Amino acid sequence: MIATMALVASICGVLIVGAFEGTQDAIAENKRIMLERAVFKVLPGAASVREYAATSTGIQPLAAGAALPEGGVKFYAAYDQAGVLKGVAAEAAGKGYADVVRVLYGYDAERQVIIGIGVVSMRETPGIGDKIITDQTFLKNFEALDVRVNAELSALANAVKVVKHGSKQNAWEIDAIAGATVTSKAVGRGINESAQKLMPLLVPHIAELKS
Amino acid sequence: MSLPNQADQGITFDTFMEGVWRQNPVFVMVLGMCPTLAVTVSAVNGLSMGVATMFVLVSSCLLVSLIRHLVPKEVRIATYIVIIATFVTLVDYLIQAASLALYEALGAFIQLIVVNCIILGRAEAHASKNPPLKAVVNALGMGVGFAIGLFALGATREILGAGKLFGFTLFGEHFQPWVVMVLPPGGFFVLAGWLLLFALFRNKPATEGGRAHD
Repeated sequence: MIATMALVASICGVLIVGAFEGTQDAIAENKRIMLERAVFKVLPGAASVREYAATSTGIQPLAAGAALPEGGVKFYAAYDQAGVLKGVAAEAAGKGYADVVRVLYGYDAERQVIIGIGVVSMRETPGIGDKIITDQTFLKNFEALDVRVNAELSALANAVKVVKHGSKQNAWEIDAIAGATVTSKAVGRGINESAQKLMPLLVPHIAELKS
Repeated sequence: MSLPNQADQGITFDTFMEGVWRQNPVFVMVLGMCPTLAVTVSAVNGLSMGVATMFVLVSSCLLVSLIRHLVPKEVRIATYIVIIATFVTLVDYLIQAASLALYEALGAFIQLIVVNCIILGRAEAHASKNPPLKAVVNALGMGVGFAIGLFALGATREILGAGKLFGFTLFGEHFQPWVVMVLPPGGFFVLAGWLLLFALFRNKPATEGGRAHD
């Protein structure tokens, strides 16, 4: 009995290790391509992506697979063909209707605005919550969403806010989708939370990314 | 699930067709309902889940059948579970390597193939009593039957709920998608519809025979 079970266990072990070794590279490559595609979508014109971590002591490149330093915020710097900084992308997450909605937003460092968002993962109701991907009026909010930092570089000058559908007045407000307010708010809250943390750390050091 | 004709050694057409038609896992045995209802929001999802399950089913039945004389009766279920879990892990890696988007769409249901009763049922009721070739043919039939079932559900729900098939829009832009069909309740509606259709087809000769006696 022991011998049989040992035999079965070893066959299974070998199979799993073989599959893991065989697919590891393809999986890593897939993850990289998926990340690149997501970043290129929110920062049109970008051609390459580098991972960075922003901490209170500055910004440093993040090697693939390396752990994020304590209190750090991960972001992606995107460059065009000529190697000029196109912008910065970072992830935001907010509690939606069904589960956490994770989005990636593109940040234009020159104008200090968010210029696009893309959904990374969500389980919102199809046909209702997933309007955040398709609703053009909602996506217009993210053509130039104001995320300037304040004079002390401690937080955003104006917190990103989700307002009732049709009542957007300022560049830092997000016009919610009528009928999908919970999901809209999740996106807004997520972006606000992420930008409040990242921008004060990033803005003083943005010049370092340009090389 | 133990049928009298499983004792004989020959491989007949029915060895394969049993799973596709007479004992179809989705439409007749109504087994493995978790993935059947949960992942069939689109034709691609349904088909991939079906193919993934088929792979696990065929490979684990082959291995179970190969070692059927070695495994002591007392620990057979534990052994089958280890074998099934191994192949599920393989599928998990393979799907990640093939497409991460698909991996996200299928979510936890890939890992949950382990507890799919079709697979353990086949291992216990068929593969453990039959030679490898016969076990594989039968498992393949069951897998094909399951894949067809999931594809049928996925395609119906995608057409009704999104107006698309394999991501291609089928109707004009005036088509209002029947959103409830891609939501969980829609899964039950569509499954009920298919079960009804299948039952009608299967029972047709019997019904006609019954009518003759009236």
